[in-house]
Amino acid sequence: MPELIKAKDPFKFCTRLHLSELTGLRAATLDQLLALIKEVPGSCIYHHTHRFLQQHQFLSPEPPNDFAFWVTDILGEDELGERLVSIDTIQYSTIRDLREKIVSTIETYLNGNLLAKLKFSRSGEEFHFIKSVSFILPTNYVAYDLSEFVEVLKKITIDSIYFHIFEARLRLEKPTNDFSFWIENSLGDKKLANNISSFDPYTSTLEDLRGKIIHMIENRISQ
Amino acid sequence: MAEIEKYAPLVGQSVIDDLRLLSERLKGKVIQHINSTPVGGGVAEILNRMLPLLMELGVDTKWDVIKGGEQFFAVTKKFHNALHGRAEVITQRDLEIFMETSQQNIKSVDTYGDIVFIHDPQPIALVKKKANNKWLWRCHVDVSNPNERVWGFLMDFIVQYDSAIFSAPSFSRKLPIRQFLIPPSIDPLSDKNKELSQETINSVLRKYNIKKDKPIITQVSRFDRLKDPIGVIGAYLQVKKYINCQLILAGGTAEDDPEGFKVLDEVKEEAKKDPDIHILLLPQNDIEVNALQRASDIIVQKSLKEGFGLTVAEALWKAKPVVASNVGGIPLQIKHKYSGLLCHSIEGASFAIKQLLGSPAYAQKLGENGREHIKNNFLITRHLRDYMLLFLSLYYPEDIVHLC
Repeated sequence: MPELIKAKDPFKFCTRLHLSELTGLRAATLDQLLALIKEVPGSCIYHHTHRFLQQHQFLSPEPPNDFAFWVTDILGEDELGERLVSIDTIQYSTIRDLREKIVSTIETYLNGNLLAKLKFSRSGEEFHFIKSVSFILPTNYVAYDLSEFVEVLKKITIDSIYFHIFEARLRLEKPTNDFSFWIENSLGDKKLANNISSFDPYTSTLEDLRGKIIHMIENRISQ
Repeated sequence: MAEIEKYAPLVGQSVIDDLRLLSERLKGKVIQHINSTPVGGGVAEILNRMLPLLMELGVDTKWDVIKGGEQFFAVTKKFHNALHGRAEVITQRDLEIFMETSQQNIKSVDTYGDIVFIHDPQPIALVKKKANNKWLWRCHVDVSNPNERVWGFLMDFIVQYDSAIFSAPSFSRKLPIRQFLIPPSIDPLSDKNKELSQETINSVLRKYNIKKDKPIITQVSRFDRLKDPIGVIGAYLQVKKYINCQLILAGGTAEDDPEGFKVLDEVKEEAKKDPDIHILLLPQNDIEVNALQRASDIIVQKSLKEGFGLTVAEALWKAKPVVASNVGGIPLQIKHKYSGLLCHSIEGASFAIKQLLGSPAYAQKLGENGREHIKNNFLITRHLRDYMLLFLSLYYPEDIVHLC
């Protein structure tokens, strides 16, 4: 086995823990939902499109964003729910872009389905807007090469994996996920970096995601 | 072994490591919890379990209890019911009684904490003592549809806090202060939730003369009208017409709940309708509650209102199929037909119980899914993490906080 490349600057694993901040804003109709989606802070859009990733670490019947869940289950608008759930989040590099896509999806649907505007939720089943407050902390784990990297990946929390894959890219607006960035720029392994950044992490549970990345890196080490 | 390390086999070592990372950021801060009762009810139970763990993590945590006489607690019970939306006549005299006792507590309670953490309405007026320290108000009550007079009265105090904390999104409303969503939790290692031997379970059943010769349906709750014990008996009697089964209503009463014994008498009277209804008064006997839950085939929580409904989490942690009302924090714990069955009425509860008794494989699957959901979201380690983040949020107002 060839000797592994050692990076000059190690990968420093951080973790991201979050608190849910309530806004007191609620919607009972699609018009209200749309109006609030346009005006709430980006942290709200982020919360409702990413919460499921950390809360449901096993297969769950919930669609992977809260807007889709509410529109489908509470208002009974299955078609709009499907359109919202299939928004390809990985394509959007900022929360602004993602918000615009959600807004245009609902507006287009409402223009073609005027009766949908008449639907409203029962009392107690309104959509409640919540903000995600992130706390980013360094952990004690660092890695200088792929072997050390993969060992840390096996034991770090899923919150850390979540931070480096999802939050760093979309919320902190970095060009790619942190793992791919370090592997390409500090180890010079563009192929492995591309492999990690090319699959859609939104369709896996975080534990599955951990397993896939570990598998890719171990394959690379054994080549 | 440190107590906190005992959770690692259940939640993973890295979760414990994260708690240690967070606790380092709170060194030097004194957190002072204040509530109205040292025993009985969910608040005291959570504090009793959380505080030693926070101390072990190095977070200097204290707990003080306000004083209040019979009249004061009768008024705060009325407040409690009114906040839950029940019709209550709140008189000017009630508000005076509340303020008289509050003034005595303002004089006698030393609010020395860097962060003063007030639980529920009873000690809420202490915020008048706010100095340069930070103050949190933790509302454990379902305030989705409160009596506006009581809510308006409390608002004068709430707005003086730095932040408020609620257990479910539907409890929030527009406030001029920050508000956070922190559901409560259960402790998987406590007497109420730890694994028990079959012998222990059997001995508890023997003690209460309960035979395992027919399915057991159980509701564990304080004897409180909002827990609808009479409604549970109604649902059970409808099931009993078709399926031979038995019902256990088990619970205690809390020091700050003067209504408890009256409700218990009413329940005993109603229970005379069927010989297979067991009414068990279990003041603070957690092993027995645990054993009864584990011995049950179905757990019911048919509350009319619910601050959160931790008995649902307890039952799901034991992988039991649960039938529960769609109120308060219960829908956060149960996704209908996935991790339990939600109901809105006595008839609905009865139908759901019959469904589960008739389909044991389905019931088992619901229980297993429920246990996984509780493991990921409602164990005490998540609660400890949220509280430490909450304390840090008092010093960082932004949405993305870099603690590097």
